[in-house]
Amino acid sequence: MTDSNQSNGHSSVRERIEQGLARRHRKEKIFRGLGIASIAFGILVVALLFTDIISKGAGAFRQTAIELQITYDPAVLGIDKVDHESLTWANFTGVIRESLRARFPEVSGRSDKRELYSMVSSGAPFTLRDRLEANPELLGKTEQVWLAADDDVDTFVKSLDDSKEGFRGRTSEMMAGWIQQLLKSGELKRRFNTAFFTNGDSREPEQAGIRAALVGSLLTLLVTLVLSFPIGVAAAIYLEEYAPKNRWTDLIEVNINNLAAVPSIVFGLLGLAIFINFFELPRSAPLVGGLVLTLMTLPTIIISSRAALKAVPPSIREAAMGMGASRMQVVFHHVLPLAMPGMLTGAIIGMAQALGETAPLLMIGMVAFIVDVPGGVTDPATVLPVQIFLWADSPERAFVERTSAAIMVLLSFLIVMNASAVWLRKKLERRW
Amino acid sequence: MNKRPVNKKIVASALAALTIAASQAALAARDHISIVGSSTVYPFTTTVAERFSRGTQFNTPVVESTGTGGGMKLFCQGVGENTPDITGASRRIKQSELDNCHKNGIDVVEVQVGFDGIAVANSKDAEQLSLSRKDLFLALAKQVPNPDGSETLVANPYKTWKDVNPALPAHKIEVLGPPPTSGTRDAFAELVMEHGCETIPMIAKMEKDKKKVVCQTLREDGAYVEAGENDNLIVNKLVADHNALGIFGFSYLDQNTDKIQGSKIDGESPTFESIADHSYPVSRPLFIYVKKSHVGVVPGMKQFLAEFTSERAWGEEGYLADKGMIPMPTAKRQQVLANVRKLNALSNLAQK
Repeated sequence: MTDSNQSNGHSSVRERIEQGLARRHRKEKIFRGLGIASIAFGILVVALLFTDIISKGAGAFRQTAIELQITYDPAVLGIDKVDHESLTWANFTGVIRESLRARFPEVSGRSDKRELYSMVSSGAPFTLRDRLEANPELLGKTEQVWLAADDDVDTFVKSLDDSKEGFRGRTSEMMAGWIQQLLKSGELKRRFNTAFFTNGDSREPEQAGIRAALVGSLLTLLVTLVLSFPIGVAAAIYLEEYAPKNRWTDLIEVNINNLAAVPSIVFGLLGLAIFINFFELPRSAPLVGGLVLTLMTLPTIIISSRAALKAVPPSIREAAMGMGASRMQVVFHHVLPLAMPGMLTGAIIGMAQALGETAPLLMIGMVAFIVDVPGGVTDPATVLPVQIFLWADSPERAFVERTSAAIMVLLSFLIVMNASAVWLRKKLERRW
Repeated sequence: MNKRPVNKKIVASALAALTIAASQAALAARDHISIVGSSTVYPFTTTVAERFSRGTQFNTPVVESTGTGGGMKLFCQGVGENTPDITGASRRIKQSELDNCHKNGIDVVEVQVGFDGIAVANSKDAEQLSLSRKDLFLALAKQVPNPDGSETLVANPYKTWKDVNPALPAHKIEVLGPPPTSGTRDAFAELVMEHGCETIPMIAKMEKDKKKVVCQTLREDGAYVEAGENDNLIVNKLVADHNALGIFGFSYLDQNTDKIQGSKIDGESPTFESIADHSYPVSRPLFIYVKKSHVGVVPGMKQFLAEFTSERAWGEEGYLADKGMIPMPTAKRQQVLANVRKLNALSNLAQK
């Protein structure tokens, strides 16, 4: 408002505008407030999710172990030399029982002894086998070994944090007594849970690990990346740089956009029909998983690659053409390098999406119990989100915290992938 | 001109991927056992699979959790290395499924492995309920006999447990249970609902097809909540909502006895012992079905079956009992074992 307006006696106009101004400012404040509120709500939800997962899952990184005095007695083991063949049949369970009986000599009676033996994980004999195989000179000697405790013991010990009584559902009075006794003397302790990172899946929570699923995820993603990135980029270049604009290319474009929104289970059904039933590729293999996820991520990669190509200013193409470059030289020498950061970002986001998929893998047999770590793309494998799903559905208490711990691992992978997408874009991006 | 290698690299990697794919088409015979089927049997098959691979030189069998029906479909698809060797089932095979198997040239060996109890439970902070199967039927069926005594069916009018049976508390009826795709739901419909409605004379004399619909259709007005396949989820919801009851497998009750308690059904609490001696009425048999022609072809099939049917696995003190499976009586175990050793194929369902 200028002074001349005022002097012309339009004070009522000015008043009205000032009133309106106040209203407009108020509206802006409300809008800003709403924006902040929605972001705050988002952060709150994420914070809740993370605290819930971390508070539930943190316990899984530490596993209760029992320190036992183990004698590798050849008589009990039933072997006289250390080689792979004889170790397979050696009675390591007997050695552990011997040691438990020596620690609690007062325990007698069949059922009491059975209870005593059940304190140690059923995987412990294999720990000892591996130890002896690695150190053959231990045969006949005695040493102190930390062995994983059974998951019921683990659950009980961890529940003591929350209440004095602890969760006694699966732990008898007698067993609780032994545990308290061992806890006091320091023979029962929570130690770092290496098995969680080195083992495959197991029905015994204390032996269950994410390694097989992690390797399976990496193999599957590798196949997906190797297939979907070149195909996606090639399709995008053709559609953007070469293809004529006509009804056919419009139709293709609509279809690509459509495919990006198709529920992922549909790709799984397609994979089952084509790759497994028709091409007879093996079930549960990362190869087939990668092929299915390729189909799923291709639209994402094509769309983002096309957007990246579109963002390269036409002046660069024109300048290159003007210098006498051929169409292909223009694309590969000038446009593609400039569009690459955007394409990589799209690819990484597509990969991150593929990393979290379970539904399409259900149909092709990757929702499975896998103990052995896969060694190649045709070995049976599962992936991290499937492992989380399977554990979430298991009745054993100790799987609850392992589920959350596996979610933490998956989340950290996603964060690393998305952060690297941001970093790549920042680093390689060029502005005009 | 130095950008050309990028182009070549892309082509090379695409070619490499195609070669991998092509070489796999000619894959040699499968060297691990492939198992599909019920999610209820899954914890037990996987336990056996793990012990089996540790005790022998064979690869660990791959166990997929596909549901009973889905497993049967895959299993009966045909014979060959791309079809599963074994499927788990939380109910007996249906005649239609068996016919489908026979049509595709599959000889099926039936192995009953044990029992599973279904528990109806609520939060430990609420009082333990003592229900009859008739109470459960009246509380959960979509249509019930008219409470005024006339012999007609009406939409279920009951709002609280007290309405159903004056001896029960006046809590709102709210039951969380599995969706229709679940084997647990099938078993609940058969063992509880059907049995409960047979006790009502008016329904008992109905003709078979109509009776089945009346007996097995659950109400859809919010009193029965389909809470998904995940039983742990139901357990968590029970802890949050003291008035709600939940329906799930016995193993989940066994692992969470500090938070929830099983309701008595027909006067019996769900415990390991009461399910094993069948005094607790809601238990169902668990099966695995084996493809006879794969035994001896896929490495380790015989040994796997031997492990599953060994005393240390399915016996009274076996490791499967520890996982929550209820063992069969000794005589029944011996009978099944003899059948497994001979690999007698199932010809029709009349034989048992």
